[in-house]
Amino acid sequence: MAVETLTLGKALNTGLRRAMERDDKVILMGEDIGKLGGVFRITDGLQKDFGEERVIDTPLAESGIIGTAIGLALRGYRPVCEIQFDGFVYPAYDQIVSQVAKFRYRSRGHVKLPMVIRIPFGGGIGAVEHHSESPEAYFSHTAGLKVVACSNPEDAYFMIQQAIASEDPIIFLEPKRRYWEKGAVDTALGLDAVTPLHSSRVVRSGADATVVAYGPMVKTALDAATAAQEDGRSLEVIDLRSLSPMDLAPVFDSVRRTGRLIVVHEAPGNLGMGSEIAARVTEECFYSLEAPVLRVAGYNTPYPASRLEEEYLPDLDRVLDAVDRSFGW
Amino acid sequence: MTKGATAPRRSGGSRGSGGTPPEPDYVQLLTPDGERVSHPDYSVDFSDEELRGLYRDLVTVRKLDAEATALQRQGELGIWASLLGQEAAQVGSGRALRSQDMAFPTYREHGVLYCRGIDPIMPLSLFRGVDQGGWDPVANKFNLYTIVIGAQTLHATGYAMGIAKDGKVGTDDGEAVIAYFGDGATSQGDVNEAFIWSSVFHAPVVFFCQNNQYAISEPLERQTRIPLFQRAAGFGFPGVRVDGNDVLACYAVTRAALDNARLGQGPTLIEAYTYRMGAHTTSDDPTRYRVSSEVEAWQAKDPIARVRALLTREQIASDDFFDAVDADAKAEAVRLRERVLNMPDPDPSQIFENVYVEGSPLVDAERKQFEAYAASFEGGAH
Repeated sequence: MAVETLTLGKALNTGLRRAMERDDKVILMGEDIGKLGGVFRITDGLQKDFGEERVIDTPLAESGIIGTAIGLALRGYRPVCEIQFDGFVYPAYDQIVSQVAKFRYRSRGHVKLPMVIRIPFGGGIGAVEHHSESPEAYFSHTAGLKVVACSNPEDAYFMIQQAIASEDPIIFLEPKRRYWEKGAVDTALGLDAVTPLHSSRVVRSGADATVVAYGPMVKTALDAATAAQEDGRSLEVIDLRSLSPMDLAPVFDSVRRTGRLIVVHEAPGNLGMGSEIAARVTEECFYSLEAPVLRVAGYNTPYPASRLEEEYLPDLDRVLDAVDRSFGW
Repeated sequence: MTKGATAPRRSGGSRGSGGTPPEPDYVQLLTPDGERVSHPDYSVDFSDEELRGLYRDLVTVRKLDAEATALQRQGELGIWASLLGQEAAQVGSGRALRSQDMAFPTYREHGVLYCRGIDPIMPLSLFRGVDQGGWDPVANKFNLYTIVIGAQTLHATGYAMGIAKDGKVGTDDGEAVIAYFGDGATSQGDVNEAFIWSSVFHAPVVFFCQNNQYAISEPLERQTRIPLFQRAAGFGFPGVRVDGNDVLACYAVTRAALDNARLGQGPTLIEAYTYRMGAHTTSDDPTRYRVSSEVEAWQAKDPIARVRALLTREQIASDDFFDAVDADAKAEAVRLRERVLNMPDPDPSQIFENVYVEGSPLVDAERKQFEAYAASFEGGAH
């Protein structure tokens, strides 16, 4: 056992370091990731230890980051790209959707692009426009990409290494407002000894209603479950972890027991991940449901000015309100 | 870099006649009349056999291209992007590549593909709708055709950065990359980003722009106010314009730029000044946006006629040779046609294949649903 207490950000940093030690084809690319260590310091110290050839400060051009990473992957490298903020990924959207996602299909399996695109996502840090977005549905809708979101330090440490080891391109979403949250990480465990990358996980068992969340909203859901317990309601919380493909079997199992499901995410609810989960759960668990699947999500507006984000973002009370509505059905 | 490459000089003797506008300054080694001319910075030293080989390449790629256009007209291809008029740019640059070099084409580089020694059937399945390319880009040293305009220039730049990381530059047997694109693509952000990245990282890549004067219907004036090759200076690497209908000049300029790249001297932008004699694709109608006199003026600068004139004047080839080349090209076109007509339609299971390396339960589930649905019609009236 080598259990360490790490912040989520430090867990990512340590995971990146392990991946680079394991495979010298792993290279990091992004804006300000070298000397500065990234605006969130996720790559802190890595250029110093692995050199400028493996930790590359790139020109300020997101399409260029992804487009050249494709060429490097064709050449046999395993690029890990950092997009500085969620709202800055759109200049690279064409390269991600039209090239990264489709290269293997176009080549009928001759090509693989084992690359990771790290994106700090979500709000809650009082930022200006374009720094608090949740673009996960755009990428989860695109065949050829896989999309994951970590929610805690232990998952961050292992999931980033699993993503880098994957032969498929992966959008890796990091809950930026949780970067500073601490947790225990058993760094002695191997990647095979932990939950597989594309698996969801029950993070709190309960009997009365099921709450599904991912990324920054897992903590919110857990806090809601603690509060609900005081009201005598037992919530089961599932961390989805993988948004594409989704592992919904644990959700189906849970809903068949509880009969109630609330999905929580920061992204707008309209056509969001919760919509797909609701449709799937309705198909699989129709006769088990005591109430419709409810979504607690960001509103269908642009992300608002930061002094309004507490009103905009789902929080403990809005989750509990949805639980009440489910029971009141 | 080759001395003087940033300031290509006009080689004398080819100013347009009969009221056509003056030719732009470019590197030229063979005039439209088939006369060899010298250039202070570029030259080729081809044997008679090699010159006959270039002629054979030019005639063959034009014939195969015409066959593909005919196949489209007969409904056997969904669409075809003809290279007619651009044979010299493609054969010259394609033959300049060394075996270890990597090419990133658009969707029109059938001539480059042929000169790489790749089976010309390879892209026809794409245009027939049987697949979307499907070849191994790394094994063929020829990337999949890229349809999004300019996107491949970034892939080429990244691949070239990988060559440098691998330590495969700086020697005569080093590797280099060539990225193809057109005049319209120079307006794309990706192309400009590729210029910046290749310059900053000193990547061994040659940007080969076939300026065929039109981006579908839009003339060059809609993309630029300065000659395209001059843009390179702003990015910090040499740019050179070459007569894109002169196979000798295209070869010489491309070979020099690739060798500079492989020796560690960074990128070059080549503007091959040429003309798209046909439509953008078989879905296009160029009579709506350009006049016939313009097409006729370019007809006089045909890339094949000038090589034939040279071979004839210098007594390098006889009519028997020209007839034999025509016959061989025709036979190859017939074989190509037969192979296209015999191409099997894809199995529907192909829809679900190669989406991921490590699979996806969602794709697997949908494949099963599809198979069950399809099986439900067996023996039925559907």
